Amino acid sequence: MSASTGHSARPSAGPSTRHPSGPPTRPSAGPRLAGRAVTNAVVAVFALYTLLPVVWLVLAAAKDTDALFSSRLLSLEGFSPWSNVVDLFATDGGVYGRWYLNTLVYAVGGAALSALVSTACGYAFSTYRFRHKEKLFGLVLAAVMVPQTVLALPLYLLASNLGVVNTFWAVFIPLLFNPFGVYLGRIFSDGYVPREVLEAARMDGSGELALYFRVAFGMLLPGAVTVFLFQLTAIWNNFFLPMVMLSDQELYPVTLGLYNWNSAATTSPEYYPVVITGSLLAVLPLIAAFLMLQRFWRSGLTAGAVK
Amino acid sequence: MGTGAPPPAGPTTPHTATTRTGTGTTPSAPAQRPSRGAGRAGTGRRSARRRELVACGVLMAPFFVLLAAVFLVPVGTAVWLSLFADDRSGLGFGPPNPSFVGLRSYLAVLADPTFTAGLGRMLLFCLIYIPLLVAASLVLALLLDSGAVRLRAWAQLGLYLPHTVPGLIAAVIWLYLYTPGISPVIDLLSRGGLQVDLLGVDTVLPSLVNVVLWSNLGYNTVIFYTALRALPREVVEASVVDGAGPVRTALLVKTPQIRSAVVTVVLFSLIFTLQLFTEPMLLGQSTSMIDSRFSPSMYIFDAAFNRNSYGLAAAASVVLLACTIALSYAVTRWTNRSVGPEEER
Repeated sequence: MSASTGHSARPSAGPSTRHPSGPPTRPSAGPRLAGRAVTNAVVAVFALYTLLPVVWLVLAAAKDTDALFSSRLLSLEGFSPWSNVVDLFATDGGVYGRWYLNTLVYAVGGAALSALVSTACGYAFSTYRFRHKEKLFGLVLAAVMVPQTVLALPLYLLASNLGVVNTFWAVFIPLLFNPFGVYLGRIFSDGYVPREVLEAARMDGSGELALYFRVAFGMLLPGAVTVFLFQLTAIWNNFFLPMVMLSDQELYPVTLGLYNWNSAATTSPEYYPVVITGSLLAVLPLIAAFLMLQRFWRSGLTAGAVK
Repeated sequence: MGTGAPPPAGPTTPHTATTRTGTGTTPSAPAQRPSRGAGRAGTGRRSARRRELVACGVLMAPFFVLLAAVFLVPVGTAVWLSLFADDRSGLGFGPPNPSFVGLRSYLAVLADPTFTAGLGRMLLFCLIYIPLLVAASLVLALLLDSGAVRLRAWAQLGLYLPHTVPGLIAAVIWLYLYTPGISPVIDLLSRGGLQVDLLGVDTVLPSLVNVVLWSNLGYNTVIFYTALRALPREVVEASVVDGAGPVRTALLVKTPQIRSAVVTVVLFSLIFTLQLFTEPMLLGQSTSMIDSRFSPSMYIFDAAFNRNSYGLAAAASVVLLACTIALSYAVTRWTNRSVGPEEER
């Protein structure tokens, strides 16, 4: 690493085109190669650290109970991925399918609504001027900082006063709140919606709301997808709020269900394989969404990190 | 992936955008202060202004209704509740009888060694976790940016993968990797003659740090890497031409310029750590080293739902909130001072 000459090695832009003059003193090839080898080795070790546990999850989900407890994951015996899945959906009367469906509804429905609400608000912050706007925006940013766990108990008490504890809405509504989405929405509006276009549409007699829904929203769509993805992961991850709000197993999301099964596994080990297979299936949609929509993820990270 | 990311809003901060909205527009837009009584044009402008404000209100209303309902009201409720205590019989039967106790719940929380121990534990967690996280992801981002890494896009994908795994499932995976009899790691170690208990007295906190680090390492690497890619290449290449080696360039030229990304990461990691709940709850199912009040968030849950003491739980929530605000403020203050005048704000 110490001797590799940085950018000349970028594979995309050939070695000589990037530096027409070349580095003034080119180090000898020996240490440069060694440096590059060390660099790649370090990255490879970290990549193994991040990948191997996921590989373990995949292998473990494909093994029967005996093979799982003998820690022999790499041997070819005891492979029974299909029967594991069948067991998973048969355990406790097939409640896992129900949890899976719940998570999909909470996450996809919640993230979509939340993205619409947050993007509209971010656009309004970006487009309109009014008194105390920056103070109001400060309040939004402050809400980003507040730990979810602080809000859970009062939310539970509010829900309990309204008589909605242990209902779908008690979990769904609070997860629509996404102040970071408003922040992103404002940044994306600043970047993607040219003022001139809005002005031109105004001259043509377009109403202010039509302006947003017919003109601006189309330009903001990539930003809205980014906000959607962030919130999708956040809701899929959520555990504290359902744990506080829900007692009816039929309303559980996957995370809470797996938590209960894992608790049961400490006394009855037959739950271990279903927890493992259930975990793998619960991760797959997120990995798929991430792989398909990477560029949106990345643009959100950029916008978040630049500030 | 690679470098084909869409152009982000980049360096336009909301503040500069505000001024741009105000000035660079055609005459039909309302000027800074529409002159009063300017005849027809004036009323036209005023009604345009009114239409704008109405639209603005309509677009913002859903979010601010949510903000009030699931943020302001709960925070207010927490503060209010923390001043009362339910003096119910020990079993929790009979009508609740809330009585005003002032700051007594706060004194009780702050004097409770299980709460302060939990808070201290999370601070210790931060002291181990945040430097490790920042150092590892910064090194990885600099290595990726050095251009010497093969298959850069694949390396990034692999590093980022754990972030798509929900925290609870990350904890499940690592719990099993820590459990003798299931874990191939412990199996290998014991064959090598090493007996380790990864959920013991001294190992449980590092084991927990590992779970959280695994989840967030790639995410922060990508944040740092994106910030590095956004640096003006001329500055970096000038230092290379000046004869600075890649290590010097990385540490003395590139790193100082992505300071604001580092601060963001530290700030959000701090907030994340202080509210740690999911991972210790799950590991706690299998080890007695994690009790029901291991972290402040677990303390709140325990106080509210196992001990039915809402006043105590509310006071603990407010204390946790205050700690979060104080630490966030300290981090921003400290960095604003060290950033100096060359950056705005």
